[in-house]
Amino acid sequence: MSPDTSPSAPGSQPMVKALGLVKTYKAEGVEAKAVRGVDLHVEPGEFVSVTGPSGAGKSTLLHLLGGLDRPDSGRIWLDGRQVDSLSEARWAVLRRRSIGIVFQFFNLVSNLTVADNIELPALLAGKSPRQARTSCEELLTELSLEAKRRSMPSELSGGEQQRVALARALVNHPRLLLADEPTGSLDSKGSREVMRLLSRFHQRGQTILLVTHDARVASTADRVISFFDGQVVDDAVLGGPEHVPSSVADILKLRD
Amino acid sequence: MRLALLVLLSRGPAHGYELKQALERLMGAAYPQPNIGQVYVTLSRLENAHLIDGEDVAQSSRPNKRIYRLTEAGREAVAGWFEEPVEPKLRDDFFMKLALAHETGAADQIALINKHRRYCLNAMRDLSKLAAAEDRDHRISQLMIEGAMLHLQADLDWLERCQEELE
Repeated sequence: MSPDTSPSAPGSQPMVKALGLVKTYKAEGVEAKAVRGVDLHVEPGEFVSVTGPSGAGKSTLLHLLGGLDRPDSGRIWLDGRQVDSLSEARWAVLRRRSIGIVFQFFNLVSNLTVADNIELPALLAGKSPRQARTSCEELLTELSLEAKRRSMPSELSGGEQQRVALARALVNHPRLLLADEPTGSLDSKGSREVMRLLSRFHQRGQTILLVTHDARVASTADRVISFFDGQVVDDAVLGGPEHVPSSVADILKLRD
Repeated sequence: MRLALLVLLSRGPAHGYELKQALERLMGAAYPQPNIGQVYVTLSRLENAHLIDGEDVAQSSRPNKRIYRLTEAGREAVAGWFEEPVEPKLRDDFFMKLALAHETGAADQIALINKHRRYCLNAMRDLSKLAAAEDRDHRISQLMIEGAMLHLQADLDWLERCQEELE
């Protein structure tokens, strides 16, 4: 547990609150319920992962919370504001200012340099070119990408591209960072690097909601929600008071 | 520890404290530090079993130290150990609980799965922290941690299968 994730004061707003979320997809006339009545609370400063088998609906849940997809029913509040009935345009503004999103396949703009990819959302959010440049430079340093500022995305490794995507997601200091399988197309070194960075931003107070099928990645968070068949089946605080940190000897047993 | 000490002695005579240090260097943080008392007890048992020979060597300013070397029987024990097949870790006490809960209803099987998942996730988290804290260049230690994490990963994947099948 990170020391500075003190629980928010009573009465303060949860960063994410969702009630009764339902989302059904129709494919070839067959209805598939991806999200079947989900309630969710995420407090400011929490790092929460949602894990479960592929097809369990966890990415759909993240898309609903980021306004990339609309629920059939249910309500969503972000930072105290009800957002489920916002128009497309208002969602776009909200995402620009308050929500950073990282995807499995990076989604960088292929004909822009690394620096331009990172500055773009800052400019779109109304920052001056100089402010955008300053924020970009800070993040490049932070993410050890200074040497790559003029590279094109295709010249980077997967891990580097995801770090650029992370910088882009964080450039406007979003209240909430959503990450959808951020290590899903990375090798183990790239995954470790991205998870280390997410942990570091979390320790500085960034609220993160991460979706992953990878238990190892999920266990980096302070809280793990298990998702099955469109529903929350377990919600566990890791490293909580009931967890006695096991000595490694308990886990790694060499036989005498 | 018996076999570890025997194998370490196969590269030459050593005394108890040297062996303890060699074990520590080899395993790093991934394995609990061997207790020196335990090392000495194990060495004297190995000596009683004629797998090693001990010889006291006088030291000028300190008490004698006992140097151990492998006997022929000890050498055979080492070779035999490497020859022996190693049973993979497949037996799972949790599965017994789950199977019996499923059969009798004596406990809630989904609650059992959830509890076990929490345990595995916490263990995974502890191992991640250990891997991050341990020297990246200590390959043996990192590999041991990696192995444990892959086992946990498999357990967690398997718990998903249980949940899908039994819910």
